[in-house]
Amino acid sequence: MTPSFGAIVKYIPAKEEFLTAYTPYQAEMSQGVLQSIFEYQTEICELTGMDVSNASVYDGATAAAEACAMARDRKRRVTLISGAAHPDVINTVRTYCYGTNDEVKVIPVKDGKTDMEALKAMLTAEVSAVYVQQPNFYGLFEDAEAMAAPVHEAGALYILGVNPIALGIMKTPRDMGADIAVGEGQPLGLPLGYGGPYLGFMATTTKHMRKLPGRIVGETTDDKGNRAYVLSLQAREQHIRREKAGSNICSNEALCALTAGVYLAAMGPEGLKEVAEGTMAKAHYLCRELLQLPGVKLRYEGPFFHEFLLDMPKADEILAALDEKNILGGLPYEGGVLWCATEKVSKATLDEVVAIVKGVLA
Amino acid sequence: MKLIFEKSVPGRRCAILPACDVPKAELPAELKREVAPLLPEMSEVDVSRHYTELNQHVHGVNCGFYPLGSCTMKYNPRVDEEMASLPGFTSVHPLAPKTAVAGCEEVIETARKYLCEITGMADMTFQPAAGAHGEFTGVLLIKQYHDSRNDKNRTKIIVPDSAHGTNPATAAMCGYQVVNIPSAPDGCVDLEALKSVLGPDTAGLMLTNPNTVGIFDENILEITRLVHEAGGLCYYDGANLNAVMGVVRPGDMGFDCVHLNLHKTFATPHGGGGPGAGAVGCKAFLAPFLPHSALMEEPGHIQVRGFRGNFLVVVRALAYLLTLGREGVPEAAKNAVLNANYLMQRIKGTFTPAFDRICMHEFVLDLSEFKKATGVSALDVAKSLIDYGMHPPTMYFPLIVHEALMLEPTETESKETLDWAAEVFRALYELGYKDPAFMHAAPHNAQIGRPDEVKAARNPIVRYTKA
Repeated sequence: MTPSFGAIVKYIPAKEEFLTAYTPYQAEMSQGVLQSIFEYQTEICELTGMDVSNASVYDGATAAAEACAMARDRKRRVTLISGAAHPDVINTVRTYCYGTNDEVKVIPVKDGKTDMEALKAMLTAEVSAVYVQQPNFYGLFEDAEAMAAPVHEAGALYILGVNPIALGIMKTPRDMGADIAVGEGQPLGLPLGYGGPYLGFMATTTKHMRKLPGRIVGETTDDKGNRAYVLSLQAREQHIRREKAGSNICSNEALCALTAGVYLAAMGPEGLKEVAEGTMAKAHYLCRELLQLPGVKLRYEGPFFHEFLLDMPKADEILAALDEKNILGGLPYEGGVLWCATEKVSKATLDEVVAIVKGVLA
Repeated sequence: MKLIFEKSVPGRRCAILPACDVPKAELPAELKREVAPLLPEMSEVDVSRHYTELNQHVHGVNCGFYPLGSCTMKYNPRVDEEMASLPGFTSVHPLAPKTAVAGCEEVIETARKYLCEITGMADMTFQPAAGAHGEFTGVLLIKQYHDSRNDKNRTKIIVPDSAHGTNPATAAMCGYQVVNIPSAPDGCVDLEALKSVLGPDTAGLMLTNPNTVGIFDENILEITRLVHEAGGLCYYDGANLNAVMGVVRPGDMGFDCVHLNLHKTFATPHGGGGPGAGAVGCKAFLAPFLPHSALMEEPGHIQVRGFRGNFLVVVRALAYLLTLGREGVPEAAKNAVLNANYLMQRIKGTFTPAFDRICMHEFVLDLSEFKKATGVSALDVAKSLIDYGMHPPTMYFPLIVHEALMLEPTETESKETLDWAAEVFRALYELGYKDPAFMHAAPHNAQIGRPDEVKAARNPIVRYTKA
């Protein structure tokens, strides 16, 4: 097992005060929690290029659904979502729209990416938001920046779902023209935990700040003029607005946001860049090596980050052979296998994977 | 306290990443980030000390009494944390093959079985990540049920005016019109008010029992019967289940679906705001409408979050249930009720309970007379408690009580703590008559004085910017 050099990311959030405190409504005895959230908000803004972040929502899928809800108004009741987005995200957005009686249309996929021409044809005056995932579920980088102009021309908001590790090297959602940036924060130091707790991050521009759901910490001063932090802009929230609130969210993923904050502090800008580069390098190495094997083909060409879809013979046998060696192989998906590698896996392990696959295919 | 960014030193870093041992892959130029993110640059000891300083400015249940009404801030045994941190749970990928996740699935199945028994429900999902998320899921069950019967005219959800804000907000997120009904003078559902709004447009009723003033609604069977008679369904908000778990079941009260705040009632600490888990249970006829994961199960179902939900919270809940067992679960509920009644009786005679009768796990003080006499508000009393190292009770909730302070001591507090708390309340009651100005300015010995919230809202500073 790889030594856990990042142990600090595990130990700090386990401190009992962080662990057992309530939501920091009583600012006078919660400055530590409030400041940690303020710092987390700043880090998410820095990663995404946005002006304001909330204190977290449940996970990446709910962050996407909440972002789509932010964009909706009385006249615009259609949400467009890329068919190359994560299936859980598509299904969750559908469910939230079922709740509010709004329509969801899935943008077709062409060669593993969002079909730009189809998108343009779907951009009617009823469209409130367009959601695109970057990199997408097949691992490919979308032409995300090019989609911003047509979306905005149609009067809709542009939502990008992004991988936070990729943001160590990838252009920010803001620079790609997004109005709202969301994503799954699990890669920021959270355990896999069979699905959760995870962390949904959400950030937007100042223009849409008062529509952002969830808690937001703001800076102010106390009665002696000292710097202080409070839960702010609460007039947006359910405990004040009740049925007129934009979202019902109350509990969030505060301790996971704290963990992400510690992770980002431990990494720093250089460390995060190295993690992103390492992740991309490992995935590309694995892809190259697997493509040397007989009958293995890449389903979709194009630049990718850390995931790729391969068509390969004997996929079931391959995954079973890997499982025997305690290696979780790729995900069987749409008749192929969706592979992933991150900075955490060594070259030796990747070589072992390739040798096992080669053995099955021989 | 300095912000982490103010402690950052350019070029400093933690040495925790091994060198990359494969050739680098290049990102296409048009996809490259232009400016590096402004993240802290610190050594590991800097990071440790920064967060330790923050942690010293946090008040947790481990620091002292936390009688925060409607939030169930009990002490959670650390053994439950330990179970949830076992690598066999923390390291499992949600999409690993079925053979690799059998243990996790068994945790879910076992927790489902016990929690269905406790709630009187037939099935349960753990996908919702929090209480409000559970409400959303539960009301979507109601919506799907009516839709499946092509009963399209049911457009209204009834919510008492004493409800948590999440209830009406949830109903709105599910596309329903919210009908607020006034509470009876005893804080319970006003049956006549309920009858007057029930009709063919009723989709359902959302209710907490015991309610938000800590009273068990004795008309509950009549309430759920009336709603069913009108063709609506009954949703149980499990926020107050700690008072009745193992004693009485929402299913037997006539509710069709229920959410549980696993984090409040079943041993996950609140973590400064989350994570929680909002397990949703339902009667058999609603089970076909429960959410699934698009990647793990068959399509065609609603889905409220990725995968199985906050699984590690479910592990804690199961560990808690197994350690308390069949006798321990109702005993915890009964002690929660006993502690609340004891504290209410000890405080009575100074501050006035809003409802002078046996309460469940929490009670509400009405400080309007005290304020009239002294000028000291519920807010002033709450802030004064901070100087004693006590977390204030919930303030100004429920909305039906003026100058409300809502106390929920929970079952994990000792008689000594409750006696001490009662003495603190007595002291503040007397101080209100002697030195109201001192209380208007409280707290005096806290991390900060009262913050200017108006300034924070008018001129929002929501992130650090380098000078």
